[in-house]
Amino acid sequence: MTRVLPSKSIRPLPLALTAALAAAACGGGSPAAKPAKTIIQDKGSDTMVNVAQVWAEEYAKAAPAVEVEVSGGGSGVGIAALVKGAIDMANASRDIKPAEAEQAQKNTGKKPVGFTVGFDALAVYVHKDNPLAEVTLEQLTEIFAEGGKTTRWSELGVKIPGVSDDTIVRVSRQSSSGTYEFFREHALGNRDFKMGSRDLNGSKEVVELVGATPTAIGYSGMGYAIPAVKMLKVTSKAGAPSVAPTVAAVHDKTYPLARSLHVYTLGVPQGAVKDYIDWILSDAGQKVVEDSGYVPVPSDQRAKP
Amino acid sequence: MSPENAPDPDPARRARRPRRPRWAILGERAIEAAIRLSGVSAIVFVAAIFFFVLREALPVLLRDEFSLGQFLFGTEWYPTSATNVRYGSLALTVGTASVAALAMAFAVPFGLGTAIYISEFCSRRTRETLKVVIELLSAIPSVVWGFIGLTVMSKLIVRLTGAPVGVNLLNGAIIVALMSLPIIVSISEDALKAVPDHYREAALALGATRWQTVWRVLLPAAKNGLLAAVLLGVGRAVGETMAVLMATGHAVNIPHGLLDSVRTLTANIAAELGEAPVGSDHYRVLFLTGTLLFLITFAVNLTADLVVRGSRRR
Repeated sequence: MTRVLPSKSIRPLPLALTAALAAAACGGGSPAAKPAKTIIQDKGSDTMVNVAQVWAEEYAKAAPAVEVEVSGGGSGVGIAALVKGAIDMANASRDIKPAEAEQAQKNTGKKPVGFTVGFDALAVYVHKDNPLAEVTLEQLTEIFAEGGKTTRWSELGVKIPGVSDDTIVRVSRQSSSGTYEFFREHALGNRDFKMGSRDLNGSKEVVELVGATPTAIGYSGMGYAIPAVKMLKVTSKAGAPSVAPTVAAVHDKTYPLARSLHVYTLGVPQGAVKDYIDWILSDAGQKVVEDSGYVPVPSDQRAKP
Repeated sequence: MSPENAPDPDPARRARRPRRPRWAILGERAIEAAIRLSGVSAIVFVAAIFFFVLREALPVLLRDEFSLGQFLFGTEWYPTSATNVRYGSLALTVGTASVAALAMAFAVPFGLGTAIYISEFCSRRTRETLKVVIELLSAIPSVVWGFIGLTVMSKLIVRLTGAPVGVNLLNGAIIVALMSLPIIVSISEDALKAVPDHYREAALALGATRWQTVWRVLLPAAKNGLLAAVLLGVGRAVGETMAVLMATGHAVNIPHGLLDSVRTLTANIAAELGEAPVGSDHYRVLFLTGTLLFLITFAVNLTADLVVRGSRRR
């Protein structure tokens, strides 16, 4: 597999470099090589990078001849690499867009195929000392979206203990993140984010910054909760019951910010990649999903390749 | 030139002189050509980089619906909006400028002070130790600086200033100041060292104190070198990416105070280029911000060059 190259115009240099490195590596390596490993390149969602890492480690025990290389960067980054044909599978916490699928077909001649490998509830986090317990999607829009009026906690009737300036610190994600796009679509109704939010580069960073900042509010996968933060119950509209992000609420689809986690391949997967996805959708693979804090796919809903 | 190398007036003796072998002459020419080539290559590289970056950006510049005014002076940066894509880079430019300016406000006095101390005031042993330590400072990778900003500095800033979030303009500027210090110190120290000793002796002979010598004689004499040191520091501050990406909070925001989060042009390119599909508007606009960055550093260097020339002529 080739590396992901940033642009056509500067292609020769990285290629030459990789070639030189490869030559150096071959020269230095021991000639008595072990049987070649099949390598699966897996890239994408930061939300899924932890679970994908554990999958790779567990799968290495089940199938030692296959090595899965996992990297993050965001769903957009993973899908962009898949569209270029640079990787074998992309993790995405959002659906692939029609334009991206079209581009992939144009570049590689193959259609991207997606598999639902788990579910996640996007939790809204605040600092553990914040007395707020639930939030409506409307309030979230007022806080996060462009043109929204809410800028202080007092406007929500909330008094944060031990804080003089109660300006809401909005913690968001960088725009390549699937979490960012999912939140924009499902919590903000596709309105843009207000300028000036802290756009962090990972699910974990969001939760950590919220945990360190009494006046912060942020969103991240439910698997990333730490003791310093609190997950809010979310109400889809005023008057409706508020729902906490739990496994049950994700399965019965009552939690408003639940989403599917996908794996995309180019064309129907074959060989090692097919075996790997089969394994991910087996009970062993789904147990990893559960242990990582996400919601596994019920056994009757698993669509294997 | 020593007398032996001067052309001998007597042709007979001149013929008897040993000739250099042909390979030595050719070898020397080859080396000369190689050196000339590496000198010219700097110009070629700069021109090529500018050309390639601009080439990627050009198609979007030529589009009718793209407004350069909005790009330069708009404060709304929504490259992936689902409803209304806007590319306004003013907040990013201001972010870069504010981080660089604040960093220089810390680094220039400290850097020049250190250089003056090293070159004029301290003992030989202290000097050697200080120089080694300062060079070590420049060996710390940028991502490690970012890490320090994200963990150590941010907690310190929250505790000392009561800011809600520790990753902000102040944090980024302190980190960048520390990163550009080694360059500023070592180049200004060289500049001060290059001032001939008889300047110092003359000053002392006139009854100047050490401070007067430094302030009235050495600093004016070394002015060009010191300016070059500061400008290389500015270049470092404007171009730094990884550390500011981690330490500034990455918020598209025109700062109103030292404790506001900002995002710089460089950090924005690093964070967004990976996701932007090759050839898309977003991709091209990112290259356009790269061109802007190039022009900013070019303008800084050109101004400095003109200032130095102007002062020389006077």
